[in-house]
Amino acid sequence: MRTAVLSVIAVVLVLVCGPHAQGTAPASPLTLVTREGRRAVASTILNGQEFIGLDDLAALFQLAVREDALAGGVTVTYKGRTVVAATDQAMASVNGRVVTLPAPIARAGRRLLVPIDFIPRAIAPIYDSPIELRRASRLLIVGNVRVPRVAIRLEAAGPPTRLTLDVVPPLVVSTSFDAGRVLVRVDADALDIATTPAGAGLIDQIRTGDQTTTIAIALNARAGMPRLSTVTTNESARVLVEVPLAAQQETAAPPPPPPVPVPAPPEAPAPLLGTRTAKLQTMVVDAGHGGEDNGVRGPKGTLEKQVTLEAARRLKTLVESRLGVRVVMTRENDRAISLDERNAIANNSKADLFLSLHANASPSASVKGTEVYYLRLDRAGEEARRTAAATELILPVVGGITRPIDIIPWDLAQASHVDASSRFASMLEEELEKRVPAGPRPLQQAPMRVLSGANMPAALVEMAYLTNGEQEQRMKSDEFQGAVVEAIYGAVVRFKTYLEAAPTP
Amino acid sequence: MSRTRWLQVGGIVLVFAAAAWIASSVLERVVSPVAVPSTAPAPAAPAASVPHIIATLYYGTPDGQALAAVKREVPLGEGPREQGRQILESELEDAPAPYLSLIPRGTTLRAFYITDRGDAFVDLSVEASTLHPGGSTHELLTVYAIVNAVTANLTSIERVQILIDGRQADTLAGHVDLRRPFERDTVLVRETKGTQ
Repeated sequence: MRTAVLSVIAVVLVLVCGPHAQGTAPASPLTLVTREGRRAVASTILNGQEFIGLDDLAALFQLAVREDALAGGVTVTYKGRTVVAATDQAMASVNGRVVTLPAPIARAGRRLLVPIDFIPRAIAPIYDSPIELRRASRLLIVGNVRVPRVAIRLEAAGPPTRLTLDVVPPLVVSTSFDAGRVLVRVDADALDIATTPAGAGLIDQIRTGDQTTTIAIALNARAGMPRLSTVTTNESARVLVEVPLAAQQETAAPPPPPPVPVPAPPEAPAPLLGTRTAKLQTMVVDAGHGGEDNGVRGPKGTLEKQVTLEAARRLKTLVESRLGVRVVMTRENDRAISLDERNAIANNSKADLFLSLHANASPSASVKGTEVYYLRLDRAGEEARRTAAATELILPVVGGITRPIDIIPWDLAQASHVDASSRFASMLEEELEKRVPAGPRPLQQAPMRVLSGANMPAALVEMAYLTNGEQEQRMKSDEFQGAVVEAIYGAVVRFKTYLEAAPTP
Repeated sequence: MSRTRWLQVGGIVLVFAAAAWIASSVLERVVSPVAVPSTAPAPAAPAASVPHIIATLYYGTPDGQALAAVKREVPLGEGPREQGRQILESELEDAPAPYLSLIPRGTTLRAFYITDRGDAFVDLSVEASTLHPGGSTHELLTVYAIVNAVTANLTSIERVQILIDGRQADTLAGHVDLRRPFERDTVLVRETKGTQ
């Protein structure tokens, strides 16, 4: 009898209390950003979903919360506007409109927890001020607060060591140099910095300065006077910091530690697939599309495959005659050729540089201008890039010497060249902007298929928008094609100088 | 059987019944976390006969330079997979003025499915590729309109792979690599206000 009574009591207790949640803290806290400043907001992970206390939200946003146990729901009110959320369904009614949530409201003891998506989906529509949840950077931005995204990229190859800082949207940025530090101040309320790279090359450290809208870049003792420039477009403000070696060190004979005697290098052997070369001997020019693949068709019928071939031929002539660099074309006539085949031609030619020529298209006929792309790696690509050095094999080659070979998947061959490609793409953008109109996003990083398998620095140039009537006309002209090709030639010359000045690993 | 025995049997039966009830309610949540029973009244349900959600869809901005995030009403689907299908069907429709369509007209959704790892697959008909006008810019806008429409509205999905006619494809029109799944990217997005 006693056992049975105890069982019944246990069941009743379970039913009354319900499945209460026990969560864990997320890896990094959510940060609330308002005009008044920043502060951490507690959240908890339950069943893979991030939750936040409804009482915390009520305090943050001055919400009135009322639980109706009989109806199985919670009513949240703000200035007469209401959200009704069910405790057993992953949905809520926001001012009469139903929105889905990733999970229903949960309980932790006496507290009610809501998924963090409840904030943008349910509270934002009824709230007076804008609310934005940035998951990647763990920021909850409330009010008209300017929090630009800041992407920092460091290229240690050099000297000079190069740091690029992109601020989106473009806000006023000022730079200064004092006591071995470059300070970049952004006229914002806070900054959304995804990742801050570790120091490398002539830059010792990059960190958010004393104020949250300043980035401090500490230079190495060997660094000379940095060159600072800022370019603002409609899309972003870009700060470029170039740090050269100090002048006396560039000219001084031996550095402080005595130089280790190095055996004289043998005559440079032919470059192998996967090796790094420090010379520009062969370049591959890829005329986009061809054969059945016309590419973009202009409003007056001009085909992308025609203009890319014409420009590619001009570029080949110019580079070979003036620079003495061998140019291999992926196609010399109007024929179809797969993207893999284009990469194969470049890799088999042991080319040191790959350039793909294209003409652009937009859903609006008003867009015009030239744009340059280099490869953006996805997770697999970044992984390949990181492991390339770790899996480097030292193989013997002709002449009794050895050579390091990077082991990297064929279709991610570009992964180990992205830094050099970024440099080449920047040079292309700068040279093109001197001669032809720039597009809305003159320099972009994107997952371009024709670049991913190229085992050398590579970029893609969209010469102009064929969908723009005026640019279609100009693109066929000798004058325009000549200007584009001269600009590309200028970038190739600069890249050649850069390659030959860079130390061979 | 004594009265005590009866009470013990009754207690055990009650325990089993309660355990079964708890198990079934937990299972229901695990299997279909967003499922909405069609007969149960939604809290403060809208007056419209067809339940809907407000989803963020992506179109070309009127100047053709970026993606516009536009709030639109989309029929409520039962579970993430059905909801994703409804969102994509709406995304494939013509863009509301003044926005620009980025997916070729005539493209249909062949299938939409989600793996256990949270990867979604969007299988489009061949028109998405054969009727695409090309160009890196247009192609990037098309791809990220689809990827962002899925990831912005279905928060459990982290990556989206686009298939053409049931198969993995190289590109839509010769530029953007479709061989691997994409994550949400808002670099091309320009925020807009209001609901269409």
